[in-house]
Amino acid sequence: MRAATLHAIGQRGALSALTLALLSMVVFAGGQVLPGDVGRSILGPLADARAVAVLNHQLGTDAPPLLMYARWVGHLLRGDMGMSYAYRSPVAPFILHALGKSLALAGMTLAIVIPLSIGAGVWAALHHGRWQDRLVSLGGLSLTVVPEFVSGILLVLVFGVWLRVLPTSANTRAGAGMWQEARHLILPALPLVLVLFGYISRIARAGMVDALEADYTRTAMLKGLPRRMVIWRHVLRNALLPTITVIAAQTSYLLGGLVVVETLFRYQGIGSLILTAARGKDYPMLEAGILTVGTAYILSAVLADVLVGLLDPRSQAGAR
Amino acid sequence: MSFQHSATARPKAFCFFFSKKKTFFLASFVTALTLCNLSVAYGRVPILRGVSFDVAAGECFGLVGESGCGKSTAALAALRALPRGGRITGGGVSIAGRDLAALSASGLRRLWARDVSMVYQDPSRALNPTLTVGAQVAEAFAVLGVADAVARAEAMLGTVQIPRPARAMAAYPHQLSGGTQQRVVIAMALAKDPKLLVLDEPTTGLDATVEAGILDLVDALRRGRGTSVLLISHNLRMVARMCDRIGVLYAGSLVELGAASDILRAPRHPYTARLVACLPDGVRRKQDGALQTIAGQLPAPGAAMPACVFAPRCDRAEAVCLTTAPPEAWEGGHMARCHFAPSFSAAPDALREDPGAAMPENAGAAGPENAGAVVPKDAGGAMPENAGAAMPKDAGAAGPDSLDVATAGRPVLQAVGLAKTYAGSGGPVRAVSALDFSLYAGQTLGLVGESGSGKTTLARMLLGLTAPDAGGEVLLDGKAMGARLADRSRAERQAVQIIFQNPDSALNRAHRVRRILARPLAHLAGLRGRALGEAVAALARGVRLGEAQLAMRPRALSGGLKQRVAIARAFAGKPRVVICDEPTSALDVSVQAAILNLLAGLQRREGVAYVFISHDLAVVRYLADRIAVMYLGQMVEIGPADAVLAGPHHPYTAALVAAARGQREERVGEPVTGGACVFFANCPWRIEGLCNVVLPPFDAGAVHAVRCHLAIENLPKTEKKGLLF
Amino acid sequence: MVLQRALKGTKVFWFFFSKKNCLLAFLMSVVRRLLASPGFLAGSAIVLFWVVCAVFGPWLEPQSPYADDLINTLSPPTAAHWFGTDQIGRDIFSRIIAGARPILSVAPAATLLATVCGTALGLLTGYAGGWVDRVLSRLIEVILALPLIVVALLVLVALGPSSLNVTVVIALVFTPIIARTVRSAVIAECKLDYVPAAQLRDEGALHIMFREILPNITPPILVEVTVRLGYAIFTVASLSFLGFGIQPPSPDWGLTIAENYGLIVGGYGWTVGFAAVATASLVVGVNLLAEGLQEVLR
Repeated sequence: MRAATLHAIGQRGALSALTLALLSMVVFAGGQVLPGDVGRSILGPLADARAVAVLNHQLGTDAPPLLMYARWVGHLLRGDMGMSYAYRSPVAPFILHALGKSLALAGMTLAIVIPLSIGAGVWAALHHGRWQDRLVSLGGLSLTVVPEFVSGILLVLVFGVWLRVLPTSANTRAGAGMWQEARHLILPALPLVLVLFGYISRIARAGMVDALEADYTRTAMLKGLPRRMVIWRHVLRNALLPTITVIAAQTSYLLGGLVVVETLFRYQGIGSLILTAARGKDYPMLEAGILTVGTAYILSAVLADVLVGLLDPRSQAGAR
Repeated sequence: MSFQHSATARPKAFCFFFSKKKTFFLASFVTALTLCNLSVAYGRVPILRGVSFDVAAGECFGLVGESGCGKSTAALAALRALPRGGRITGGGVSIAGRDLAALSASGLRRLWARDVSMVYQDPSRALNPTLTVGAQVAEAFAVLGVADAVARAEAMLGTVQIPRPARAMAAYPHQLSGGTQQRVVIAMALAKDPKLLVLDEPTTGLDATVEAGILDLVDALRRGRGTSVLLISHNLRMVARMCDRIGVLYAGSLVELGAASDILRAPRHPYTARLVACLPDGVRRKQDGALQTIAGQLPAPGAAMPACVFAPRCDRAEAVCLTTAPPEAWEGGHMARCHFAPSFSAAPDALREDPGAAMPENAGAAGPENAGAVVPKDAGGAMPENAGAAMPKDAGAAGPDSLDVATAGRPVLQAVGLAKTYAGSGGPVRAVSALDFSLYAGQTLGLVGESGSGKTTLARMLLGLTAPDAGGEVLLDGKAMGARLADRSRAERQAVQIIFQNPDSALNRAHRVRRILARPLAHLAGLRGRALGEAVAALARGVRLGEAQLAMRPRALSGGLKQRVAIARAFAGKPRVVICDEPTSALDVSVQAAILNLLAGLQRREGVAYVFISHDLAVVRYLADRIAVMYLGQMVEIGPADAVLAGPHHPYTAALVAAARGQREERVGEPVTGGACVFFANCPWRIEGLCNVVLPPFDAGAVHAVRCHLAIENLPKTEKKGLLF
Repeated sequence: MVLQRALKGTKVFWFFFSKKNCLLAFLMSVVRRLLASPGFLAGSAIVLFWVVCAVFGPWLEPQSPYADDLINTLSPPTAAHWFGTDQIGRDIFSRIIAGARPILSVAPAATLLATVCGTALGLLTGYAGGWVDRVLSRLIEVILALPLIVVALLVLVALGPSSLNVTVVIALVFTPIIARTVRSAVIAECKLDYVPAAQLRDEGALHIMFREILPNITPPILVEVTVRLGYAIFTVASLSFLGFGIQPPSPDWGLTIAENYGLIVGGYGWTVGFAAVATASLVVGVNLLAEGLQEVLR
């Protein structure tokens, strides 16, 4: 059984590597092939053709696309993400610094949203069909579709400007303690929380409702077990298994939301790095940032699969 | 039987005590369960209407009914475990003298923990997929405050005859077979040594030989422990074998109640009488004439009901049945809720001879419903001409003696070395191994086997939906057809058609019946315009569908009518061979007979050959001229129907026949692979060193071939009589 | 050959509106049940309001949404300017009404385009199965591995921001998402026996996909389309906010917020607050509508 688990994880890893390779092609195509003439796109339509050619040669963007891709991947594999056009220095340190900051914000978001949404989903399911249920379902679902910058603005107006209970800036002064830093991250994390809350709580609720009505739950009930024990032992574990996969899938929304929230709150994370690179047509930085985000998503999906594999005895035989 | 005497008076006495709330008096009666005038509804839809019966201590009581009649609701209401939306609207339930409605939440939990248990249909869903079997069984002991719960759990798994209990304890439910899962559920149910055990369709979905084992186990355990049992099933004969008394539910009402033997031999309610009569009995063949049928269809839950719920389908109904609810007519311990019960006596045999009674299920021009329109007693002549009833007894196209025809006809379809291997995760899996057989023109080859025997794979290969392994071929009139559908000519595709098991899945729900029938006529018969319209109408008439049904979508039709549409579609292209894949197993018993009659009639008229796949030996017996038996992908026996069923036959066939008759052969359990003979591990007659080393010979060309090392005279036999009694 | 196929495509398209098809009658029954759902009614009222603004905007705006008024800059809400004015004195009330038009043209167009492509792709991969399915599924998974906004940024940097490009990009990103939904519905349908039954009577693959399977999976596609419309509005607004969507001087709400959000801390909340509320109400309205539809179609 252990061998089967390892085999399944290995298979999942190979698939992820394939996805990653394809992803690099997509990013490369988007970053270097689609713009056509990189030099021209940087210097603008009025620049002298010779200057464009010189710049293209300097950047190495006059080579055939396939060769450029091979070079790019070769560098990536050695940990070299290229040179930023804008800063004229290696990309990697920027990415690493920004990634750290973004992970802090993402971590804060998940720390709030996971207990909150699962709790709300379970609460709704236990009141299936009553007002508590409708409140969580409709309320959560409505919040899910409000763009982060809209809810962000409204939250800042209410908590930062009107009530003045939370700092409106994500950035702390130098030398602030961890607690202080965390306090500054609350307001930026809230828009992301709102977007994720509706979806996760809905899945948690659905899983809970299914498990509550399942035959095995009735079996446990008819054994005469106390209700608390039926729910903890028999319902929750089966109900929350699908939720894990969904949380991993939502990482994609979370990472996308980072771009918006970090811009809104002027927070130097990977999202605002990508946006700055996009505005400045800094292709190496843009590609590296996007590839990092894609990798993070793929890793979270693998993590969820492994977690489900460990918690669900059925998945060990036939993991995808 | 000892309890019979008091059965008459007891229900009324109970109702009295219920009304007075003097439940403590009930303790003096030794009844395990009493339902008193119980009515249950889901939302506003009434499901049960005033059902009363009781289960005496140590008694096995059977509750029988077709789908949607409220059986499972009765079981759940009896334990006060109705799902969301269900509520008791009248009457009450008491278990071991305690009124359930009066119990507090903790009192109810104590009752569940100590006194009652339930086993339901699908064991894979009754077990928690994320906990080990051991944890779940031990839980049932732990709740009683037993100290050594785990040890007791393991011992209990031994009691329910699970081999190697220690290994089963560590397993997760999905790692066990269906039969073993059900044994685990029974083990949990028996942990508390319950006073009352409720079994809701405990063997539906299990194979016949596995079912026999489970029923044996339940019977032995309940006799040993003196447990009262409420057994719920759609299978009247199975319940009759297991139970002391039976209640018959129809549309939420208990229409008849009495001793098991009385219900089967001398039913007093017209519904029960017809239900008993329309079951194929394992003796009757298509050459002997049509089967009994019941007109009309089951009422949908929530539909408006006349005073007598059966009146719309009853051939004895009169005006009073629509206006006045029939009283409970008691005679000894035997109750029938019918105005005419005192004068009604219906020996099933007498009924069967009455040709006018054999009506198609959608009898009358009133369309599929014909509800409300009570069929008058003398309406036999007004019915559309019934193919089955008009069939002369000796008119079988193949002649009366199936031993002759086995070799007389010309083979229309032949399988040569047909095999299928799938790539599985643990290496190749053999679904079907090298089959050879012939299907003769105008005949039926019954294909019998349990799940995993490869029946469906075989059907798909014959149709070209699944390509066989290299070397296997399907011959039509002696010429090889393409392996895949795409390689077959239009004539070849036209020649082989199928009737699927489930019409809901087989008919496109987005299309009207007219279109469902017109497409194959246009494609396979090349008809256009007016000719097409007329052909559609003719095709529909052939299966007794009216103009009104042609304009409907499948959703609006009952199960039986849907299957008629599917049958009509299969016959649209004038096929030579029709594969019937369990065509009646998704239908109710009262509808099944009409479909079987229709298939027999169509075969006679069109001269088509059937491959009839079924797990029900009695049904196969009725339609088949020859029978082939499959086990784990191998054909173990083929021959004339009589010879295969009566023997001398293969040990596995013997086990199937025994299981169908409610007897269990020694050591026949669930399929186990190993040995050259696929049946080796389960065979009572196995010869060590031979059967597990050498594949038994099989002469596929012989009239009756058995794949066994035993000499013919040593093969088991079953004396020729009804399969099921 | 190509033409013939295209013609066949239009035949398939018109089939949905032909009298013979059940869709119309089915829709009527759906509408009747929808009108009983309060959430759906509220949602459609909100959406209808903004659609009216988008269509009849020029007649409803009290002032031109583009006219600057350098004397009255950053005026708080007054009788003359109900929602106040922005940094160059433009009337915010007029701009909010005018802002409904760009978003309500780009988002539905993108959704429609994605629905057509995604449905075709999903039918093909789901029905064909085998290597076609495996290759396309893998590609879809790759696109889904990237956040929507990021993919859109990547393409828009290369193509340059414009309403047309935003429409194309969002359609591009939504196509695999819709294809995935359609594919799983098709695979479920293919397990039903009516599909082999159609094969056995010699029907072509196109007929089976579009005439046998498609009518049965219309309800989930319809639900997916309304849900996607909500997310399309979400994405268009976000891209405009980031400067890669609808371009100035459009009165688009996302753009308005991007231009003015730096003023919040200074106490000029009205410059962004009303645009934020307008955006939120539109997405919530569409979502309530989708939710009502989903409940009824299930």
